[in-house]
Amino acid sequence: MEIVAINQISPDQVILFQWGWIVINATLVYTWAVMGLLVAGSILITRGLTQDRTLSRWQNLLEVILSNVRSEIREIAKDGGDSYFPFIGTLFLFILFSNLLTFIPGYVAPTSALSTTSALAVTVFFAVPLFGITKLGIIEYLKEYFRPNVIFFPFHVMGEFSRTLALAVRLFGNLMSHEKVIAILLAVTPLFFPIVMQALGLLIGLIQAYIFAILAMVYIASASQAHEEKEHKEKKHEPDRA
Amino acid sequence: MDSLSMVAMASIITAGLCMAIGSIGPALGQGRAVHSALSSIAQQPDERNSLTRTLFVGLAMIESIAIYCFVISMILVFANPFWTYIVKKAGG
Repeated sequence: MEIVAINQISPDQVILFQWGWIVINATLVYTWAVMGLLVAGSILITRGLTQDRTLSRWQNLLEVILSNVRSEIREIAKDGGDSYFPFIGTLFLFILFSNLLTFIPGYVAPTSALSTTSALAVTVFFAVPLFGITKLGIIEYLKEYFRPNVIFFPFHVMGEFSRTLALAVRLFGNLMSHEKVIAILLAVTPLFFPIVMQALGLLIGLIQAYIFAILAMVYIASASQAHEEKEHKEKKHEPDRA
Repeated sequence: MDSLSMVAMASIITAGLCMAIGSIGPALGQGRAVHSALSSIAQQPDERNSLTRTLFVGLAMIESIAIYCFVISMILVFANPFWTYIVKKAGG
């Protein structure tokens, strides 16, 4: 049942298939499985969309998820939240599904591998300047790095890198630690207690997906809205808030 | 004592110490955060949604410090680079 042995700290080390230099490990397989599930599910559900009063229950489910994600994004990014919606929504759904499917025996969350989470964090790392430059223009965006004064430039740059590292390690550490805790509990108290921890794992997976998406949104919003906030402040003479 | 058992002993003791000391700070921080969030919710129940969201994000930020310690101790116990280096050197 347990594919990842207790002394392997990531599913990258579980090699399912090897042919020459092509190595297929468990992370790859399950990442593609989650991606396939998401794409196939969305295609199947969106094939018969209706605007009537009667909707299919799958369309209802999808609308509930998407409208909640959208309203969360709009609360953080006060204006034009819809331009961030595809990126943040995709991140959230992918992490959510790869975390929640862990109740299937034999499945290993691809997010419990450091390679997957670093890839996700790197997309956020590149999305921040991308969204910032399209919203503010390149000059205004680069000015943000020198915002209080020039001394703060290295700290801004360090902050960019350290928060990317933190995003990756946070998701990986939570999922991996949970997997290890369950594996240890299976050895100690095999029958009942691991199930309770597994149920707790669903909550942890949901919260981590939420946090990853929210933090990505906060980073992007802080890069692309700093100037507007300043104008707002000058207009209203509000006290400075960090 | 040869270098092999030296490395093993150092990594295991360090892993335990890393977890033990590293979880003190985040535990205190999370306690403070939950305490103030609960008293704010008790004062203003209408703001519960935004308070809860901020609380969860903040808790995740605090918790990540403990998670770093956990990752470090996991690496020390299960995927120790010095251990594999010493074993390879002793074997070959």
